[in-house]
Amino acid sequence: MKVLKKTFFITAIFSIPFFITTILFAQLPAFLIPPAEFKAFDTPNDAGETVSLTWSASPSDAPDVFYILYIDRDKDGAFEKEAMRIKSNTSYRTGAPEIYGYKKGNGNYHYVQLFPRKIFNGETIDKKQVYYFKLAIAAGDSKIILDTIASARAQGNWLHMKKANNFAILIILSAIILYFIVHARRNPNMFLRKIGGLDAVDEALGRATEMGKPVLFVHGLTSMGSISTIAAISILGRIARKIADYDANLKVVNNDPIVMSVSQEVVKESYLEAGRPDAYNPDNVFLVASEQFPYVAAVGGIMTRERPAANFFVGYFYAEALILAETGATTGAIQIAGTDAYTQLPFFITTCDYTLIGEELYAASAYLSREPMLMGTLRAQDVGKGLLILVLILGTILASFGLTFITHLFEAF
Amino acid sequence: MNFLKRTIPLIIAFVMGVLMAMQYYVPHKLSQNLLEVVSRWDRIIAGFAVFIGAYSLFHLHWTRIKRKVEGWGYSVFVYFGAIITLIFGFLNGGKFFWHDKQEGTMFDWLYSYVQVPAGATIFSILAFFIASAAYRTFRARTNESTVLLLAAIIVMLGRVPIGNYISHYIPAVADWIMAVPNLAAKRGILLGVSLGAIATSLKIILGIERSYLGGGD
Repeated sequence: MKVLKKTFFITAIFSIPFFITTILFAQLPAFLIPPAEFKAFDTPNDAGETVSLTWSASPSDAPDVFYILYIDRDKDGAFEKEAMRIKSNTSYRTGAPEIYGYKKGNGNYHYVQLFPRKIFNGETIDKKQVYYFKLAIAAGDSKIILDTIASARAQGNWLHMKKANNFAILIILSAIILYFIVHARRNPNMFLRKIGGLDAVDEALGRATEMGKPVLFVHGLTSMGSISTIAAISILGRIARKIADYDANLKVVNNDPIVMSVSQEVVKESYLEAGRPDAYNPDNVFLVASEQFPYVAAVGGIMTRERPAANFFVGYFYAEALILAETGATTGAIQIAGTDAYTQLPFFITTCDYTLIGEELYAASAYLSREPMLMGTLRAQDVGKGLLILVLILGTILASFGLTFITHLFEAF
Repeated sequence: MNFLKRTIPLIIAFVMGVLMAMQYYVPHKLSQNLLEVVSRWDRIIAGFAVFIGAYSLFHLHWTRIKRKVEGWGYSVFVYFGAIITLIFGFLNGGKFFWHDKQEGTMFDWLYSYVQVPAGATIFSILAFFIASAAYRTFRARTNESTVLLLAAIIVMLGRVPIGNYISHYIPAVADWIMAVPNLAAKRGILLGVSLGAIATSLKIILGIERSYLGGGD
């Protein structure tokens, strides 16, 4: 029993300092392992408003451990302004592939972006101001501030280097298009695959002429800034020219005043070109409503009252696509739709006699005009598609073997 | 005249086209400012264009009323609705239009209890049109429409609880149809659209496509 007591006493004597030390030192910053490689630099590929900061991850990183960044405009300043506070298990370089790519080690480094001007909001700051940063690691009441002072100046960049892949693709595709435009000049009898929807334009216009009923051209909902609206305007010009030749009646409904103004000009010029300026009636190109569903109600009303012999739905459509096309179908009109809104394509395919799918909308102008230079672009589109298919096949094969560099090569930033 | 009607617009299209295409690759503040200025001009022009649109609308309906064409009564409603809305808009809840817009006015009431429900009514018709369009499309007359019908049945069942109740595989197959063949087709269309958009843009920038200016040449 005595031996037991003695053993307990000795153990207690040795254990007490251990426990005290543990309790004391657990509270002390010495147990927070400070990170290293703290660096600041101007964020690449930006407008010059941000500064990037990076540092290595610490073994102390945990949800209740924080990193605090202090900012000062003077290297010898007090660094009292807190620029950012983040949980130490967040914000890694993996979240910034536009700067660090997809390296395996990215998860071992933290990365943040700061807007120094916003931090010093209201203060007059020189454009060439260099900002100084200090990093601290903190948990509870403990905090270690690193001695390292990182500095950087926010500068605007003239080139977005990460968009170089996009630029290269643009240049390659543009070169192909230009080549085929030049080629088409020398060889105007270029073979073009048949597009059913466009071949049916003459049939639709002929039917309207024979029946003595109008042709209704319905614009999509997007403004003149949309490329599909520009394509729709081009098609309208070609159709208006044919209608002027056939002496049929064309009605163009719009929901955007600018699109309406452009449409009026295009139709007027087409009638002039056909030598029938007297047949042009500006009241036939009109605005019906600027909102989506009032537009649908108004166009639906025109369809049921005037019963056009042919309806053209060309441009970018949303939920109104099916309502318009289904109403047109009930009136017995021949319907041709063209859109690049892939969500609405099934509705048009279901309810229209012919549908121009996606790129065919952009091909329509060239196809209808048969101008050699415009037709050259159609061939170029097909060649471009061929190239993309090759890249897709190559990418699929490489990805199957775990080589993903081609995926990153085509990544958009 | 041709210089003003053709050459100047073509020069503007070329310069602005190249400038705005390059703007996408230049992140500098000056480039951002240019985009902002151009967007602001776009909004200003759109603001003025509203008057042209309003003129077109009222002129059209006035002509219809004057000539008493079929359905001219609807045109009276256009004027009626526009005048009522304008009056309450100008009144602005008794504070008149030169003050900030007031909340809970008759103008808001017209929007919330007339325009929104009317729009919702038109939108709700879509459900019936989808049913009638689906009926026409899903009649299994050809091999393609049979495949379409089967795919549609699986996807529809996969999206409702009864599908999972019938078989656990139905939602999984529905997801696969949406994520693999459907997505592949969608991406195919998008690739074509992108190429078409590039070609169209280039045609306009280089002045090869001029039909948007009116006429073909």
